[in-house]
Formats: sequence, C-alpha cells, structure tokens
Amino acid sequence: MLSRAASSASRGLAPALACLGSRQKHSLPDLPYDYGALEPHINAQIMQLHHSKHHAAYVNNLNITEEKYREALAKGDVTTQIALQPALKFNGGGHINHTIFWTNLSPNGGGEPKGLIPLLGIDVWEHAYYLQYKNVRPDYLKAIWNVINWENVTERYVACKK
Amino acid sequence: MLSRAASSASRGLAPALACLGSRQKHSLPDLPYDYGALEPHINAQIMQLHHSKHHAAYVNNLNITEEKYREALAKGDVTTQIALQPALKFNGGGHINHTIFWTNLSPNGGGEPKGELLEAIKRDFGSFDKFKEKLTAVSAGVQGSGWGWLGFNKEQGRLQIAACPNQDPLQGTTGLIPLLGIDVWEHAYYLQYKNVRPDYLKAIWNVINWENVTERYVACKK
Repeated sequence: MLSRAASSASRGLAPALACLGSRQKHSLPDLPYDYGALEPHINAQIMQLHHSKHHAAYVNNLNITEEKYREALAKGDVTTQIALQPALKFNGGGHINHTIFWTNLSPNGGGEPKGLIPLLGIDVWEHAYYLQYKNVRPDYLKAIWNVINWENVTERYVACKK
Repeated sequence: MLSRAASSASRGLAPALACLGSRQKHSLPDLPYDYGALEPHINAQIMQLHHSKHHAAYVNNLNITEEKYREALAKGDVTTQIALQPALKFNGGGHINHTIFWTNLSPNGGGEPKGELLEAIKRDFGSFDKFKEKLTAVSAGVQGSGWGWLGFNKEQGRLQIAACPNQDPLQGTTGLIPLLGIDVWEHAYYLQYKNVRPDYLKAIWNVINWENVTERYVACKK
C-alpha cells in the first residue's frame, strides 16, 4: 500500500507538471494509514488538520495557479507567467513535500535503515507539531523517528539511482 | 504603563545594540497585561507560550549570538562575523518584533484610531475600513512565517503596509518605521484558530491598542 501511494503520487505529479495543456488536476493523495495511526508520536488532530486542511489547501491553490498560468501562457502574457512563479513554487512545493512526507511515515516505522542511505523529509512548520508539542520542536523531532517508514525512503533512493 | 513599556523597550534595545562592547544583555520585557487579558480574541495559553517561550528564546539566542559576535570581532574573524548575521537578524528581529507587538495589543483596545493617525489613514488608504482590509489581506497572504505591518515611510511622509518573512525586522530590512505589527507565525494563533488564519486576523482587531500605535506614529514624525 505504501509503495502504491508513492508511485501513484509520482504518476499523479510528473505527467501533470510536464503537460500543462492536458488539464489534469492535482488531487490530495489518501493517507496510507488512519489519522490516529502515528500516535503517540504525532497525534490524530494534527494529522487530520495537516492532511485535510493544509495539504488540501496547497492542492487547491496549485490547481488555481496552474489554471491562471495556462491562461497567461495562451495569451502570451509573460509578465503574469512570471508573477505566478512564487505561488507555483509555494503551492507546488507544498503539494510535492507533503505527498512525500505522508509516505515517509508509518505506524510500523522506526528503527534503522538497512544498508542504503534514505531520502526523507521532516516538516518543521509549526502546524506539523504545535498542537501536541507547542514550542518544543526538539521533542517532536525526537518522536518522529518512531514513525519513519524506512521501506519507503529506501524505495525512493533506489528509484532515483536508476 | 503602556508607554512605559514602549519607552523602556526602546531604552533597553537601542543602547545595547549600539554599544556591543558594553556587555549589556537584552532582557524579556514584561507583558503590560495578564496572559488571559486578551481573551476571547487571543487565549491565555497562546499568550503564555508566545511570551514566555518564543519571545524568551529570541532574547536568549540574541544574547548568545551577540556574545559570539563580540568574540569574533575581537579576533578579527570576519568570516564568523558574517556567518552570525542570519542568527542576529532572526533573533534580533524576533526580539524587536515581539517587543513592539505586546505594546500594540491591549485588553482595552479595538475600535478605531482618532485624530492625527485616523486622518493619515484616510489620506493614505482612503478609509479606515480599506486600510483594515488591506492589512488583513497582506497578513493573510504571508506564505509561511512572517508579519504584516503598518509602517511609516519617512522619506515620502506617508503610511505604508508591508509584509516581512520570518522575523525580518521592518525597519532594518525596508527602512519603514514600524507602527503596528501582526504576527502570523502559526504559534501566534494555531492553538486557538488552527489552520484558519483569517479567523485570527478578524479577532485581533478587537485588541489593537490604537493609543500605542498613535504614539509610535507621532514619535516617528519628529
């Protein structure tokens, strides 16, 4: 299920980004586990807000920005194309980062990687931990290692070495 | 009490920043009101964490950074002096910004400014409502962590709205003189408003201390 989420995320993102004319919309990927699955390390309230509100907003705003970009491209309006770059980076980046992040975590995670060097993101925006850890980011950073999905991270490394 | 906090903050910051050799340490200013005083608009838990943890950390880390800077300066170690710049901007900006912010808020705040400041707002933005809309929109639009500001452009003699990322201080990075800041880092609202930053931005207008904002405006026109 985790590898399915990883490859469907790449299938979802790469073609859409490559072919702006294809009118494919980005969509919020399903979380590969329940909102409460990473407790006690990251609580359910955080996971639900983080996925269904924050990541969802990046997806929606990315689609809006890309639609505006298509229009500007069609009109040859380079000024607008350039003006849209920050929104594309912010929302596109937010979508990419969180898509990877959900697959980097697992209720069956933790421990150590075997052999290969992993590729892994750790979200340190306050929304990723504040409700549970308040200002004490280091405590969140201690806890998250209990839910790192090393299978996924290794898959990514292997995939990018090809 | 509010003007005492504002002027003791300036007395505290300006000489310490100006004379790095004097070994003055920055200190966390007292909040001019209780942690629960701004309820229900900003709750006590947020105010306590925001002041006693976040602002306190900026103060502590600013002192640490300045100490390292003094050592590097004494050794002629320009590489280290430059390497310390981000930490100085981040922690120094954080201390400056929050020191202003606590004075910008009051349990007796809200409503609209009067007199000189209101006239300037009408002149530079069209109306108080248009100004409020604009500052709210700019603050809502900050990507990630940062601040929305009402500032004074001394060169052009007019009010100006600006956003700064992270803890970048308004005056240090844009030259605008800070009058009113709105903290949109998630720690400023998340425990109460979660991801709905616009709700926090609606509520905060109920506790804006227009007396303090006016004092700052009058002071910077001198």
